[in-house]
Amino acid sequence: MPGNEVNILVKGAGVAGLTVAYELRARGAEVTILDPFGGENSAASWYAGGMLAPWCERESAEQAVIDLGMNAANWWESVIPGSVSRKGTLVVATPRDVKELERFGARTSGFVRIGEEAISLLEPDLGEAAFRKGLFFESEAHLAPRQVLTELKAKLVGLGARCETEMSAAEISSFEWVVDCTGIASPDIDLRGVRGEMLILRSKDISLSRPIRLIHPRFPLYIVPRPDHTFMVGATMIESDANGPVTARSMMELLNAAYTVHPAFGEAEIIETGTGVRPAYPNNLPRVVKTGNCISINGLYRHGFLLAPAMAKQAADMILKERSIRHETHRERTSA
Amino acid sequence: MLKLYGAEISSRLLLGTAQYPSPAILIDAIKASGTEIITVSLRREMAGTKSGDGFWSLLRSLELRVLPNTAGCHTVKEAVLTAHMARDVFSTDWIKLEVIGNHDTLQPDVFALVEAARILSEDGFKVFPYTTDDLVIAERLLEAGCDVLMPWCAPIGSAMGPLNLHALRSIRGHFPEVPIIIDAGLGRPSHAAAVMELGFDAVLLNTAVAKAGNPPAMAQAFAKAVEAGHQAYQAVVLEPRDMAVPSTPVIGKAVFT
Repeated sequence: MPGNEVNILVKGAGVAGLTVAYELRARGAEVTILDPFGGENSAASWYAGGMLAPWCERESAEQAVIDLGMNAANWWESVIPGSVSRKGTLVVATPRDVKELERFGARTSGFVRIGEEAISLLEPDLGEAAFRKGLFFESEAHLAPRQVLTELKAKLVGLGARCETEMSAAEISSFEWVVDCTGIASPDIDLRGVRGEMLILRSKDISLSRPIRLIHPRFPLYIVPRPDHTFMVGATMIESDANGPVTARSMMELLNAAYTVHPAFGEAEIIETGTGVRPAYPNNLPRVVKTGNCISINGLYRHGFLLAPAMAKQAADMILKERSIRHETHRERTSA
Repeated sequence: MLKLYGAEISSRLLLGTAQYPSPAILIDAIKASGTEIITVSLRREMAGTKSGDGFWSLLRSLELRVLPNTAGCHTVKEAVLTAHMARDVFSTDWIKLEVIGNHDTLQPDVFALVEAARILSEDGFKVFPYTTDDLVIAERLLEAGCDVLMPWCAPIGSAMGPLNLHALRSIRGHFPEVPIIIDAGLGRPSHAAAVMELGFDAVLLNTAVAKAGNPPAMAQAFAKAVEAGHQAYQAVVLEPRDMAVPSTPVIGKAVFT
């Protein structure tokens, strides 16, 4: 029956918005995406590392990050085939901080301890850095956030989702459901911003196959290989919702980390610096909250690509379950 | 009761607020520790915050005494400036004064520390100086106007516990009237108990709780250890000796062998 599909507005086109839009569209809903910025680069996820690394994240996050995130790589691979690189994560520390590896290992699972030889087998270019010990999280994966967000949006359009940059209040209220995925722009008073700064470097002298996390007692940083000899270096964690340009101090910290991982990064070109404000709740875990006919998905913090698929499914389940109940009762009433 | 610059404090555990997995866990840990004083770093948390200042408003909701610190300052000028900003932001004249001498080890620059302590004390600040266990520096800090000392017991974040018992005993012994808080280097509750048994007035912790598997549980374990160590000190600890001393008299016992 035409017109019987549930009609849903998704506000926000970051990773939360696009995943829930896909999840709903794939289940037959009519989906409209409202993104006032019209582009992707206002969303925190545009600046994300794109690591699907729940076991590493467990170092400073609760078990829920593993429970909700362990199937993320499969979700992304099934939705955008070829987007996920399953090469694991390599965690290293300089000889000075090698004890920190033990601390990291004590708080995580799903890794093997490896030595110099295994490190250079995994990442031949790290030979010069003299990392003698590391932790290898074999089942982790990564993806390229911007590529994935762009492709997901294109895929949604191909599936018939509408994309709008502005809409009147009357139009908004005509939707059966509204899914709010506006991140830090949401008025939710429980949310706070955690500023993250990142760099993109380009160097033809270095190749890496997987994200490298460099442990340091004060600022744990990572380098994620991206296409075209580029590398994302991230990310700071600052309790602030200011989204201004990267500071000199953060830049120095990020560059120091890169230089420590490979001296050739000293000659790399700085292609871009960026700042995103991660939306976070006090426990740093995401929430799906239903208020009337509005569902909000927010608080993905530093786990956007990792946790968005699970949150999208929860939200889609809520909407479609409620609708089927409503339909049942409606049918009962009309047949009575 | 512990008195710090005239304020009466019943908990002898001070807690830092950095490096916790989440603000929610931090708040649970603070509550579990029973602490009345939390240290907060001004430098980056507040920088450029335009509206929410989310992290700080969460801490403020606890209504505890805030001891702002000058973490990350490397010069007298920087530390003094940060202290002034902290006084405005947190509305307190308490300042945990840190002047870092080495970026890598975060070892205090004691010369700059004494100088900054003098300037700030003259300016009406109540200075809590983060220092080494050096006696002469301690004396200089007191001369500079500090009424509280905060020596380390091991390098920051090292979790090694008290390394130089002689130095700790001697700083305690030389300044019996000065409140001394052991700051930095504690790794486990037994370390906290050990320094409290030496007669120190309080301990300040951060990493040992923040990076524990279960921060609230660890905070509580430390609170118990601090309390036990303090009680043991007041109860007067038995000094060790080389030879065994039987606890029941041997003379007059029936001998069967």
